[in-house]
Amino acid sequence: MSSSFTDRLLGRVRLGGLLAIAAPILAIVFAGIVTSIILLLNGNEPFKTLGLLLDFSATPRTQVMILNTATTYYISALAVAIGFRMNLFNIGVDGQYRLAALIAAAVGGALTLPAPLHVAAIMLVAVVIGGLWAAIAAVLKATRGVSEVISTIMLNAIATGFGAWLLTPERLAVPVAGSNNIGTKPIGPSGQFPGLSLIPGTTTKVYGMVIVAIVLGVAYYVLLNRTRFGFDLRATGRSESAAVASGVNVKKMVVLTMILSGAVAGMVGIPQLLGASYSYSLDFPPGLGFTGIAIALMGRNNPIGIGVGALLWSFLDNSNDILDFNGIPKEIVIIMQGTIVLSVIIAYELVHRYRSVAEQRRVSRQLSAGTPAPAEGAAA
Amino acid sequence: MEEAAISTPTSSATATEPAVELEGITKRFPGVVANRDIRLTVLPGHVHAIVGENGAGKSTLMKILYGMQRPDEGVIRVNGSPVSFRTPGDAIAAGIGMVHQHFMLADNLTVLENIILGSEPRRRGLGIDFAAARRKIKQISDAYGLGVDPDTLVEDLGVGARQRVEILKVLYRGARILILDEPTAVLVPHEVDELFDNLRGLVREGLTIIFISHKLDEVLSVADAITVIRRGTTVASVLPKDVSARKLAELMVGSELPSPETRESTVTAEVALAVRGLTVRSDDGRAVVEDVSFEIHKGEVLGIAGVEGNGQAELVEAIMGMRPAQGTIILGDADISGWSTLRRREGGIGYIPEDRQRHGLLLGAPLWENRILGHQTRKPNVKGPWIDRAGARADTERIVREYDVRTPGIDVDAAALSGGNQQKLIVGREMSSDPVVLIASHPTRGVDVGAQAAIWDHLRAARAAGLAVLLISADLDELIGLSDSLKVILRGRMVADVDPGSVTPEQLGSAMTGAREDTSAERPGSAAAGAHDDTSPERLGSAAAEAGEEA
Repeated sequence: MSSSFTDRLLGRVRLGGLLAIAAPILAIVFAGIVTSIILLLNGNEPFKTLGLLLDFSATPRTQVMILNTATTYYISALAVAIGFRMNLFNIGVDGQYRLAALIAAAVGGALTLPAPLHVAAIMLVAVVIGGLWAAIAAVLKATRGVSEVISTIMLNAIATGFGAWLLTPERLAVPVAGSNNIGTKPIGPSGQFPGLSLIPGTTTKVYGMVIVAIVLGVAYYVLLNRTRFGFDLRATGRSESAAVASGVNVKKMVVLTMILSGAVAGMVGIPQLLGASYSYSLDFPPGLGFTGIAIALMGRNNPIGIGVGALLWSFLDNSNDILDFNGIPKEIVIIMQGTIVLSVIIAYELVHRYRSVAEQRRVSRQLSAGTPAPAEGAAA
Repeated sequence: MEEAAISTPTSSATATEPAVELEGITKRFPGVVANRDIRLTVLPGHVHAIVGENGAGKSTLMKILYGMQRPDEGVIRVNGSPVSFRTPGDAIAAGIGMVHQHFMLADNLTVLENIILGSEPRRRGLGIDFAAARRKIKQISDAYGLGVDPDTLVEDLGVGARQRVEILKVLYRGARILILDEPTAVLVPHEVDELFDNLRGLVREGLTIIFISHKLDEVLSVADAITVIRRGTTVASVLPKDVSARKLAELMVGSELPSPETRESTVTAEVALAVRGLTVRSDDGRAVVEDVSFEIHKGEVLGIAGVEGNGQAELVEAIMGMRPAQGTIILGDADISGWSTLRRREGGIGYIPEDRQRHGLLLGAPLWENRILGHQTRKPNVKGPWIDRAGARADTERIVREYDVRTPGIDVDAAALSGGNQQKLIVGREMSSDPVVLIASHPTRGVDVGAQAAIWDHLRAARAAGLAVLLISADLDELIGLSDSLKVILRGRMVADVDPGSVTPEQLGSAMTGAREDTSAERPGSAAAGAHDDTSPERLGSAAAEAGEEA
């Protein structure tokens, strides 16, 4: 009758109307209070700090940065959310995107094709590698019952080692001009994805991939809510036993969903690769997969919620540089991010309890007032 | 020679306060009344059995008595004084201990470590006083004749010994009233005998035991008093010497409910579903369904009678393709033995599962999404790979209307509906794709009388329209009233064919429990198949009697 904590954590329980919005607002206010207390303890003024962050984020260049980072975060969180909707914890998005980006970069650097085909080829390689890497965990779970949490965490470590082995001069790497960094051979102009000059006042361009991210978000919604596959996926996530009884092949769903999650994870590195660095080098951004987990939790696997979460996270990440200039440790932002995730989870729990108590009251009121008392056991 | 001891306490104990007394206990869950006006008086020094079918409300009652759930109404008295338990800790403090059906022991720890876990005796506030614990365990074990060695590893113990460790665990915590939840479910017959000897030893020492079961022969052999629960309320309190197994079965399943008569036969000659030599094995390789064969014709309702846990659930899951099985299943002309669950459903098998909340519904999803469940490849729910929202919603409205599902709308979650309305939705859904065969597992369990009658009507109408129905039920009136033919399942085998036209609930009840005095309704041919087996029905009763004599 009642849903489990995991169900609520992963957003598989719907919250109605206003309450759905009340929870995250409550959480952010709470996180603000906690951060303020920490700032005060350090002798800094909370409102001044917030003002600094907001002011800095209003500069055109920072706005572009926020959008660009949010694009990456958004795709990462979508990849995680696909698994979450089916009770699959793909902790391996991190390894999946790094390996996918590395190999896609190498292939892209080696190829010369007409522009649209070149970009498409690189994206295809990334998606296939991400999917294949996730498939290892999927097959292990479906055939041997290995927990995907354990296997994807271990596959992350393996991806790191494997990537380091690939990224050596004997194999895929070349020295990066003007530094002692090494990276894959840069992708030629035909493989670069044009940026958008959305924000006036800066020469920095917004990743063109922001459009692809939005398309992915829409596709995620349509796939989950409007297709048979999505129905089976959500049914399996809600109740595996009911899914089995209704004829869903759960093992097949595990494999497909995990591969799909990995394929989307393969896209995580693409905005950076085709929009900024054009090469996978040692300083390619790591850890995006874990940020994705936090944002998927925050956004409750809802494509819009994830978008808001990605922007918020990106705002905090990109505007914190200003704090150091003003003598405020910028690590305060990490505390804030952690507090937000925790308080979002707690707030949803509180709202859910409030809602179920209210519903129980409503049901018992209807039972006592409305129809004649149910006849259970009355025959005795 | 001491067997007299089990029946004498009545005379000596009636003067004292009851050990446990429940008065008017009611517990509601949203939309369902799990317990209604429960009355129970357990005398000290008694083995008091609580019997009832699964789902009758026994487990809720026990959770209330053990502090895991709080009653909405009613009074609990322990040794005469009213108590209010918030947690199991409160119940333990009041001297009530619970032995769960599934053991809660750590295999890699010794008996001693398992017993003291969570209430370790301290030595000067720091170290654990193993010596004291060992002494105390020895002392309890000797006093009650449990024969538990504190230093063996639990993983080296058999099931019976583990159960004694569980009993010792609650005694160690000072329990004087023990609740045993289906203690014999996991035991083989000779372990059951040993357990009953132990229980007699415990009550001789003045302890009180509440024994929950639905196995009537066992209850009659060990209990001093019996309370019957049906549909969430206590319907009778009897003494074992005053009742027969038949009478008890009748009390458990009820025989005064509205009768689901369907006399004029609609059975045709055309076989809709044939099962041949079906065997299902449990994970440990034991056959839970063994060499079962039957045919259901169009327009026929085949009822399967049996005490729960005799292979009915496994049989159903094998037919639905949810569980691997050997043997042949033929639907119409097609051998479907190798088909997936989805293909079997598409082929025309409708399924009303035994546990609607686990297998039949997505509780957190709205009704119209539940309409799609199990029919996600068929119209009007889908168009190609797409979900047809409008089609599914319109058809859900139709089911709500035609099957009288009481709901504010089709967008409410299935969890918000009462059990009866959830079940009506499932019945409507399974009927809506014009099935050839319907597997109906306990179709009216836990639903109120009104919904029960409505579901019976729908089953009868579908049968008249040529549907073949496999009906599994614990409600004997339902079985006798709806079925065109009846088979009795016992320990995974079909042991008897019964004519529902002439059999009485009493006769069926005794066939189900394997009591053989009355064989008039049984066909000896099929019954003989199980007779030479070691665990044949007669064994339990007689073995218990032998054990009694030895003691």
